[in-house]
Amino acid sequence: MSDPPLLDIQDLVIRYEKRKGAVCAVEGLNLRLERGKTLGFVGETGAGKTTAALGIMRLLPEPPGKIVSGRILFNGENLLDKSEDEMRSIRGGKIAMIFQDPMTSLNPVATIGDQITEMISLHSDLSRRDSIRKASDMLDLVGIRRERAGDYPHQLSGGMKQRVVIAIALACSPELLIADEPTTALDVTIQAQVLDLMKGLKEAFSTSLLMISHDLGIVAEFCDDTAIMYAGRVVEYASTAELFGNPIHPYTRGLFGSIPSITGGKGDLRTIPGLTPDASNLPPGCPFQPRCDIAGPECSKEAPRPTEVKFGHYCLCHLNRGENQP
Amino acid sequence: MLIPVLVGVAFVIFVLLYLTPGDPARIILGTQSTPETVKALRAEMGLDDPFIVQFGRYLFNVFFRGDLGRTYVTKTLVTDEIMSAFPQTLKLAFWSVLLLSAVGIPVGIVSAIKQYSLLDNAVMLLAMIATAMPVFWLGLLLILLFSVHLGWFPSSGFDTPMSMVLPCVAVATPSMAVVVRMTRSSMLEVIRQDYIRTARAKGQKESVIILRHALINALIPIITIIGLQFGVALGGAVLTESVFSIHGLGRLMVDGIKMRDYPLVQGGVLYTAFAFSVVNLFVDILYAYVDPRIKAQYQRAGGTKRTAPSR
Repeated sequence: MSDPPLLDIQDLVIRYEKRKGAVCAVEGLNLRLERGKTLGFVGETGAGKTTAALGIMRLLPEPPGKIVSGRILFNGENLLDKSEDEMRSIRGGKIAMIFQDPMTSLNPVATIGDQITEMISLHSDLSRRDSIRKASDMLDLVGIRRERAGDYPHQLSGGMKQRVVIAIALACSPELLIADEPTTALDVTIQAQVLDLMKGLKEAFSTSLLMISHDLGIVAEFCDDTAIMYAGRVVEYASTAELFGNPIHPYTRGLFGSIPSITGGKGDLRTIPGLTPDASNLPPGCPFQPRCDIAGPECSKEAPRPTEVKFGHYCLCHLNRGENQP
Repeated sequence: MLIPVLVGVAFVIFVLLYLTPGDPARIILGTQSTPETVKALRAEMGLDDPFIVQFGRYLFNVFFRGDLGRTYVTKTLVTDEIMSAFPQTLKLAFWSVLLLSAVGIPVGIVSAIKQYSLLDNAVMLLAMIATAMPVFWLGLLLILLFSVHLGWFPSSGFDTPMSMVLPCVAVATPSMAVVVRMTRSSMLEVIRQDYIRTARAKGQKESVIILRHALINALIPIITIIGLQFGVALGGAVLTESVFSIHGLGRLMVDGIKMRDYPLVQGGVLYTAFAFSVVNLFVDILYAYVDPRIKAQYQRAGGTKRTAPSR
């Protein structure tokens, strides 16, 4: 393959500098997203998913956030070398982001039409009139009647707000769309609608998608590849089919084990014992080691390195180096 | 809301003055008066009537005839006295509110953007000093420095633009400090909101984000504070007007109190309450223009009022 992947994150390290020392939010992140594909990004709250996404957008609150090292290659160009002006034209124009909570993501004192128009006029040469028309077209596209362009966010339901957020994000046909838990704040029926909408639009606009979620069901349905994140690290990364069919990392297996089965008995929910470690005070060695049921002596001594267990299936674990399949 | 507030204020001030020791008739006639003449005047002025009758008569005169009575000392109409003092006070209030908004809001914004910087800390320190400073003292210091020593501005009067500078600065400074602090805290809250991040994710310029997205959302508490300051200023700046010898409402009220001129004091207080209520009304209307959510609330409230009687 001669073409560079659309997004290639290499050894990204992001820290939050606090008075009492630094907190490693993202540690040695490696990810790759090919053009037109969808990458799922799964992890618990506090695993560093949103931090990584904001890092790609260069929207981390600085200070305290700081990208310490690594490279974020977008179309082969390192975003970390870009000036703020260059980043501004990339944000929205080439990389767009959908945020978690549609209730608070829209400006309460501007009409939704204006908020979509703002995006269009920032990244295109259309006249004001054409921008407004295109904004209305975008509303149509996400299933909101165009007459409602003059409405304010407080007049819309949560699902409609998220549709508006999607309309804003896709208004300038970005090459990459980062969706940060786009449906977490919505109830289940609306979730399905919004996901269907995103799927359709993603194909229509041939946009690549980085889907951040903690919902394995959504990822299974949506994503070509999946990365499992734990304590700022990608612990397992493979194609979705491979990962769901053959999970290797004990954390991933724990996650799948925690999904209640409808057909199964009514026993207690299975859980992974313990809590996500405090990112400012990670355990030595493998960060998952205190909660891991197969941890050996080397796990608390040395941090594991990512190994390619199978072709395209990476795992960050001492005990699973391919030959050691349990 | 306006009418009940005014009746309430009228009641309170009327009771207070009714209970205040001292006989207006005796004050008017002076120490040389005989008990008979005092008694005659009391009867003529209606001071022997029961409280409720006096109060009712006062309310009737105020609300249906626009008559606040005559002053005891000069026998002129109280409304005339207030109207002659009002333009000076209005000018002072208008220019000082303009000054404090024009300086206070931008300084507050900059302070919020550069939170915890040296500039921010300096601004906050100055704001604290300005809030704590008594107005008359500031006025005197301004006169000392700018009129006595430097001779840049006249020390009294309020007719030429030059003579208006010092009083406006004196009146505006403490309120300006309040506006700076309010703008800063309101902006700090808004800047952290998700929709500001959305605007950044659109690739919008930081200056546009601050002015168009953040400031408008931060405006409600700022408008409230400025409206309050304007209302207070319309009631007359008692101390500042004395220091700079401006013949405004503040001076009028102080003179009225000194001379026990009850109708003048009553009228002045009532007028102040009126001005304050009107300004508040305008502030409420302004809210609706700034925030569509408040506008929707007003419309809902208006809607229920209209439908209520039909049910």
